[in-house]
Amino acid sequence: MLEYTPDRRPTGGLRLPAHKEASTAQPIARGFVPRTLVLALQQHQGPPTTPVVRRGERVLRGQVVARARALRSAAVHASTSGHVRAIEDRLVPSVHAVHRTRCIVIDADGEDEPLPPGAGSAWPEDPEKQLKSIRDGGIVGLGGGVFPTAEKLGPQTPCKVLIINGVECEPYISCDDMLMREAAAEIVDGALIMRELLAAPECIVAVERDKPQAIEALLEAGRASGDASLRLADIPTIYPTGGERQLVEMLTGEEVPSTHYPSEIGYICQNVGTAFAVHRLVRAGEPLLSRVVTVAGDGIARPQNVETPIGTPIGELIEFCGGYRGDVDRLILGGSMMGYALPNDEMPITKGSNCLIAAARTEVRQDFSERFCIRCGNCGTACPARLLPQELLRAARDNDHALLDEFGLTDCIECGCCDVICPSHIPLTEVFRNAKFAHARYQRQEVFSAETQQRFRRHEERERADVQRGKDLQDQIRHEVETDEPARQQAIEAAIERARQRRSQDTDSE
Amino acid sequence: MRFDVAPGPHTAPIASVPITMRRVLYALAPAALAHVWFFGSGFAINFVVATVTALAAEAAVLRLRRRPTRVPLNDCSAIVTAALLSFAIPPLAPWWIPAFGAFCAIVVAKHLYGGLGRNLFNPAMVGYVVLLISFPAELTQWIPPRMGDLDYQHLAFLAHLSYSLTGALPTDVTVDALTRATPLDLVKEGLRSAQTYSEIRAGSLFGGIAGRGWEWINSFIALGGLYLLYTGTIRWQIPIMLLVGLLFPATLLWLFDPDRFATPGFHLFSGATLLGAFFIATDPVSAAESDRGRLIYGAGIGFLTYCIRTWGGYPDGMAFSVLLMNSAVPLIDRYTRPRIYGRD
Repeated sequence: MLEYTPDRRPTGGLRLPAHKEASTAQPIARGFVPRTLVLALQQHQGPPTTPVVRRGERVLRGQVVARARALRSAAVHASTSGHVRAIEDRLVPSVHAVHRTRCIVIDADGEDEPLPPGAGSAWPEDPEKQLKSIRDGGIVGLGGGVFPTAEKLGPQTPCKVLIINGVECEPYISCDDMLMREAAAEIVDGALIMRELLAAPECIVAVERDKPQAIEALLEAGRASGDASLRLADIPTIYPTGGERQLVEMLTGEEVPSTHYPSEIGYICQNVGTAFAVHRLVRAGEPLLSRVVTVAGDGIARPQNVETPIGTPIGELIEFCGGYRGDVDRLILGGSMMGYALPNDEMPITKGSNCLIAAARTEVRQDFSERFCIRCGNCGTACPARLLPQELLRAARDNDHALLDEFGLTDCIECGCCDVICPSHIPLTEVFRNAKFAHARYQRQEVFSAETQQRFRRHEERERADVQRGKDLQDQIRHEVETDEPARQQAIEAAIERARQRRSQDTDSE
Repeated sequence: MRFDVAPGPHTAPIASVPITMRRVLYALAPAALAHVWFFGSGFAINFVVATVTALAAEAAVLRLRRRPTRVPLNDCSAIVTAALLSFAIPPLAPWWIPAFGAFCAIVVAKHLYGGLGRNLFNPAMVGYVVLLISFPAELTQWIPPRMGDLDYQHLAFLAHLSYSLTGALPTDVTVDALTRATPLDLVKEGLRSAQTYSEIRAGSLFGGIAGRGWEWINSFIALGGLYLLYTGTIRWQIPIMLLVGLLFPATLLWLFDPDRFATPGFHLFSGATLLGAFFIATDPVSAAESDRGRLIYGAGIGFLTYCIRTWGGYPDGMAFSVLLMNSAVPLIDRYTRPRIYGRD
C-alpha cells in the first residue's frame, strides 16, 4: 500500500489539544457483558425497524430483535442473551440530540449465549442480496452519522473513490485509532469488500498524522493484502479535517456542492469502524453487535476504549471503567466539539455513540458570558466552510432571513471552530443551530405563502376569464343580431314564436 | 445519575479579548521603555494621563448608557488606545493634550458609535487627528533623542511633570530651546527647499537608516509586532501588505531619483510605519474582516501613507491613511467575501 501526503492544506480548522493520551494507553477492553440492554428501534437515519420479539421471550446473542422493512433502514440485534423485559418508549441519544423512541429492553442473563453456529446466512453471490445482507446485518455508518451502509453502497452514481475515514480529528475520541492499531487487517479487508461492491477503481484510507501506530499497522495490512488500488493518505492534524466534505476537498480538491452528498459526485466515505463491521459480517457472519466506545475525561476512573455491546446503558459502561472520579461537571456523548451533554447516564449506547466524556469542571467551557464581537475575523479564518460567522451572527440575531441565505447559514457544519476561537466568547454554534430551525420554519412558511398566493391568483384569473368569456359570448350574439338583418328578423320571429307557444301552453293547461 | 447540560462545543475558548489586549500592551512595553530612554519621561506622563482619562471616560459613558461597567473596563482596550495615542503625541505636551485626545478617542470615536466592536474608526487615530488639527503647535513639540553627541537639554522627571501640569519650565529653559524638528519634518522641508536627500541625511539627527533614537524605538516596535504575529494575536495580511504598500512605491521612486526621494529604509524606520503596520492598522474592529479584504486594506494604508508623506501637507500620514481606509472597510468587505464551500 502506498502512503502519500495530500498536497492541499485544509480550509480553516483549528489545532486543538487532543486529550487522547489516557484512552490510548492500553488496548481495547473486550469481553464486557452488560446486565441490561436498551435497543432502540431507530438507531440509524431512516425509518424505524419493526420489533419481531415479544415480552418475556428469550433471545440469544446475534438474534434479530427488530427487522428492517424499508430500504433505508438497518436491523437491530440482541448483543447478548437474555429475556425481553419490555417494549416501551425511552429517551435515547441520536445524532444531534436526545429523543424519545421505542426500545426493546432486555434483561441479560449473563450467559452471553450465541445463536447456534450456522444460523446466520452465508455471504451471498448476488450484489442485490449482498446489500440486503448488510441491511439485515444492521450495519450503519459508525463514524457518528449512522447512515445505513447498504444505502451508501448501492448502485448509484459511479463511485470514483472509496474513502475510508480514519481521520478522527475531534478531541478525546480515540476508538477508531485503537481499532486501526488492533484490527488493521480486518479494516483493510472490509474496505476491499466495499470497494468491490461499489466497483470503485480506487480506495484511499485517510488517517491523521498524529496516529503513527495506526498508520504503521494499516500499511502493513495493506502490503499483506497485495491490492494495488489501495492508498493511505496521511492528513494534517487539524480539526475538522475528518468531516466528510472537508476530507473530500482535502483528498481530491473537489468541493461537494452545497445541496449534494459526496456520493453524488462519486466519492463514498465510510468510517473505519464500518469497514470492520462489514468484514465481521462477511467473513464471520456476525451482524453489528458491538462497537468500540472511547470512555474519557478527567471524571472517569479508568479512561479507555471498550468494545461495548450496542444497547448497554451508559451507567454500566462507566461502572466497567471504574466509575466516576471526583466531581463530574458534564457527561458528553461524542467529542468535546460536536458532542452534546446528556441529562443522565441511564440512556443506552447506540450504534452512533463513539465517545463518552465524563468531564471535570476544569476541562469544559464554564464561562458563558459573552462580549461584543470585535470583528477580529478569526472565526472566518477558522471556518472550514469559508463562512463569515460574525456576519451570520448579526443576520441571525436580526432574524434577517435573506442575509442568512446570502451568508450561507445552511452551509454551516456546526463544527464549533468559530465558537472556540472567538475572543468575545460568543456562542456562535448555538446561535446558528437555533437559527437553522428558525430559518427552516421561515422557509416552509415562505413556500406555503407563495403557494397560497399562486393558488389565489390562478383562481382569480380563472374567474376573470369566465366572466370575460360570458361577456364575449353576449357581445358576439348582440353583434351578430345587430349587423345581420335577416338574422335579426329570424331572432324576433323566434322570440314571438316562443311567446306564442308559451301562451298556448298556458291556455291548454286551463 | 443526573447531570447539568450545556450547549456545545464543550472545549473551552482558546482566546479572549482581555488576553489579546494585554498581549498588545506587553508587545508595546519594550518600545515604550526605549521611548522613555531616548526622549525622557514625557511618554510615561502622557501615558498615565491618557490612561486615566480613557478609563474615566469609558466608565462615565458606560454609566450614561446604562451599561455594565466592570466587564468593558477590564478588557484593557481603553489602555491600548491610551498607549497608542501616547506613542503618537510628542513627549513634551501639556497634560490636556493626552487627556483631550483620549477623551475624543473613547467618547467620540468609540462610544458614540456603540462601544468596542461597533466603532467604524480607529479610536486612537481619531483622538490623534483631532489633536493634530486642533492644536498643531503643541503637536510639534518633539525633542531630540538623548544621544551623547547631540545638543540636548535634559529635562528631569519633575520638570517634565511640572511642565505637563502647569506649563511652567525651569527659568533658564524655553520650549523652543528644547524642541527640534523630527527627521520626517526635516526630510519634508529639506526636499521642498530643493536640498538633496543625501544633504539632509548628513544632519546630526540622522543615524544609519533613519532618525537616531527612532531607529531603536521602531526596532523594538517591530520586535513587539513579531511577538504578536508569533502568538497569533494578529495575522500577517495587514502588516505585510501595509509595508509593501509603503515600501514598494518608496523603492521605485528612490531608484528613479535618489536625490529627491527618501530611501525605503528611512520610510520603514521613521514615524509611525512600524507602529501602524503592527499595532494600529491591525485593530480588528476597524479593519476589513476577510483575509483577502485585509490585503487590500493594509496595502491601501501603506500606499496612502507614502503619498501623504511625499506629496501631502503632513510629514507623516499614518493616522489619516488609517482613517481613510477605515471608511473604505464596508466597501472592501462587500467585495471580498470568501466563496462559501460548495457554492458557485
